[in-house]
Amino acid sequence: MKVRAQIGMVLNLDKCIGCHTCSVTCKNVWTSREGMEYAWFNNVETKPGIGYPKDWENQKRWNGGWVRKSSGKLEPKIGGKWRVLANLFANPDLPDIGDYYEPWDYDYAHLQNAPESKTMPVARPRSVISGQRMEKIEWGPNWEEILGSEFAKRSQDYNFENVQKDIYGEFENTFMMYLPRLCEHCLNPACVGSCPSGAIYKREEDGIVLIDQDKCRGWRMCVSACPYKKIYYNWNTGKSEKCIFCYPRIEAGQPTVCSETCVGRIRYLGVLLYDADRIEQAAATRDEKDLYQAQLDIFLDPFDPQVQEEARKAGIPEAWISAAQQSPVYKMAIDWKIAFPLHPEYRTLPMVWYVPALSPIQAKAASGELGLNGIIPDVDSLRIPLRYLANLLTAGDEKPVAQALKRMLAMRAYMRAKTVDGEIREDVLDAVGLRLDQVESMYRYLAIANYEDRFVIPTSHREYASATYDAFGERGGCGFSFGNGCSGGTNPTNLFGGKKQTTRKAIPIRVEPQK
Amino acid sequence: MSHLNDLLFGVYPYVAGTVFLLGSLLRFERDQYTWKAHSSQMLSSAGFRRASNFFHIGIIGIFLGHFVGLLTPPAVWHALGVSPSFKQGIAIVAGGALGTLCFIGLTALVRRRLYDPRVRANSSRMDIVILLAIYLQLILGLLTIPVSLFHLDGGNMLALMAWAQNIVTFDGPAAAQIAAGFGWLFKLHLLLGMTIFLLFPFSRLVHIWSVPIGYIKRPYQVVRQR
Repeated sequence: MKVRAQIGMVLNLDKCIGCHTCSVTCKNVWTSREGMEYAWFNNVETKPGIGYPKDWENQKRWNGGWVRKSSGKLEPKIGGKWRVLANLFANPDLPDIGDYYEPWDYDYAHLQNAPESKTMPVARPRSVISGQRMEKIEWGPNWEEILGSEFAKRSQDYNFENVQKDIYGEFENTFMMYLPRLCEHCLNPACVGSCPSGAIYKREEDGIVLIDQDKCRGWRMCVSACPYKKIYYNWNTGKSEKCIFCYPRIEAGQPTVCSETCVGRIRYLGVLLYDADRIEQAAATRDEKDLYQAQLDIFLDPFDPQVQEEARKAGIPEAWISAAQQSPVYKMAIDWKIAFPLHPEYRTLPMVWYVPALSPIQAKAASGELGLNGIIPDVDSLRIPLRYLANLLTAGDEKPVAQALKRMLAMRAYMRAKTVDGEIREDVLDAVGLRLDQVESMYRYLAIANYEDRFVIPTSHREYASATYDAFGERGGCGFSFGNGCSGGTNPTNLFGGKKQTTRKAIPIRVEPQK
Repeated sequence: MSHLNDLLFGVYPYVAGTVFLLGSLLRFERDQYTWKAHSSQMLSSAGFRRASNFFHIGIIGIFLGHFVGLLTPPAVWHALGVSPSFKQGIAIVAGGALGTLCFIGLTALVRRRLYDPRVRANSSRMDIVILLAIYLQLILGLLTIPVSLFHLDGGNMLALMAWAQNIVTFDGPAAAQIAAGFGWLFKLHLLLGMTIFLLFPFSRLVHIWSVPIGYIKRPYQVVRQR
């Protein structure tokens, strides 16, 4: 057993209101730079839809993730090592900028400078890549917002597999949900496996997956290998970038920007202990439908004295072990089993998990149209098809998702009986296999969702993070920089073609006349 | 004229070689954030696969051909039983084939770099200079083929080999003396070649140093401490 710790995340889709605050705050902090305008470390998609970049879930097209070979070994779906190297000159699986969208800005200056005319001046769009006029914007970062495109296009959604989807195109039967997405910080990351330079790595102490910007050579294999398409090639710097899980904040014990600013309080951060020796075996599980259970099996119980002993031996600080016991992620994913990994069939063992969304049924159930199973409505009559959620979260296995939805419905029924009727309905809990303390705790975490309950992040111990505690290495450091340490040079032109990352060629609002 | 000849073919190779090696080292040490292939595939992918593959396969083949062909001592060829005229024949055929492949790819890449608005807007001056320099060098190289067809005995080729081998064995004056007898086409090809080495550390060509062969041996997963 080799115990390692990771900060995982759970998103409660049941409460996501699709406000995009997470995406916008993330962009403001990390990707509001030239070359990264098109990149959203965090984005919120409306499902069903083909998403961002287009059709990202279709691995027949993009070849992301891993495949299990007949020998039982895993190999990146883009190909083995020789094939990866053979594709360095031109990557056949690389999305084009059009698959994301061409980023643009508007000629705002025209609004101020336009001469007098009979019509109102208009600020027309201009590509920030080529600087040229864009006559028509064909696609954008959130083109499908709230089902905002034809059903024929949206229904290309991969999760409709094995669903009779035609009826969901009808207005009366339509359904939608939001899916906020960020890097999954996988236990078996395909991006790391495919990086020819070895520039991408997983941090041992907290599991955050990062790209060493100095070592990245821009071979762009990671962009193809990541099945979630959460690695972005910065066309300005020629290096790939990805969600850094706000590691400077995590190290200081603070939640990520997306979690901190989530107005719906849907995000949870907490420590999970897992057995690193079993990653490979779990990821190579034969049947895709068993991958969810295989991943659950490598997580370790932080209350088990033997696990604690092994964790101490592995050098995991005491604060992390107690944080693992308080972890909301552990409770939701492992204890209550209401959170699931996104597309486990990609075999990357993702570490950002999702609580499936309930969908409207109560009103219809009351009118007698839908089945009631005791006082819990029947999950099969939910507006969002179970199969769709299962395709998204458990490689198509409906049973675990159905159980999670039942448990969430049971919690509501229990609390309703308790607060409205003043009854304790333990029969409701028995039906879904929950204990009284579990359901009270579920209510506290899901409905109240206090800050202290949502975010249990131990501060990182530098002495644990570096083999030899090197305070001198930190002294006089210059924090977050774009390579080359603190010496940016004084000359505006860099001998080796480097560009200042703090300036960007924005379209000027107003040019003052020269005197 | 002789002084200029000595400077260009006896001294300039060392200037270019020193800047090439020292410049690469300095850039790797001091500014690794700029060390990259800087692919623009994602900005414009139409026809890119064929163009880039043709160009790269062609130019790597040509480079290896020059490396082996110029720097292997004549004694080794003799021992292997390869006559100069036979070797020249091989060089013309293989070089011609790879050169044509490279030319097709590079022509598409040059057109794309200059006329695709997205790619052009994101090209630095050096990106364009180095691409055009390689293009011109390739054309000069291809033009030497018809010239060589007039002297198939391999004598000219032996002289070029002697020049290159004198350079790498640090006998600049002897090399310059040999070079004085080259035709102007060959002289131009040599000068531009040395200039490309000179520009190398300041261009995107540095990615050549980083051929990721280590990937083959590496385990898939990389776990590191902070």
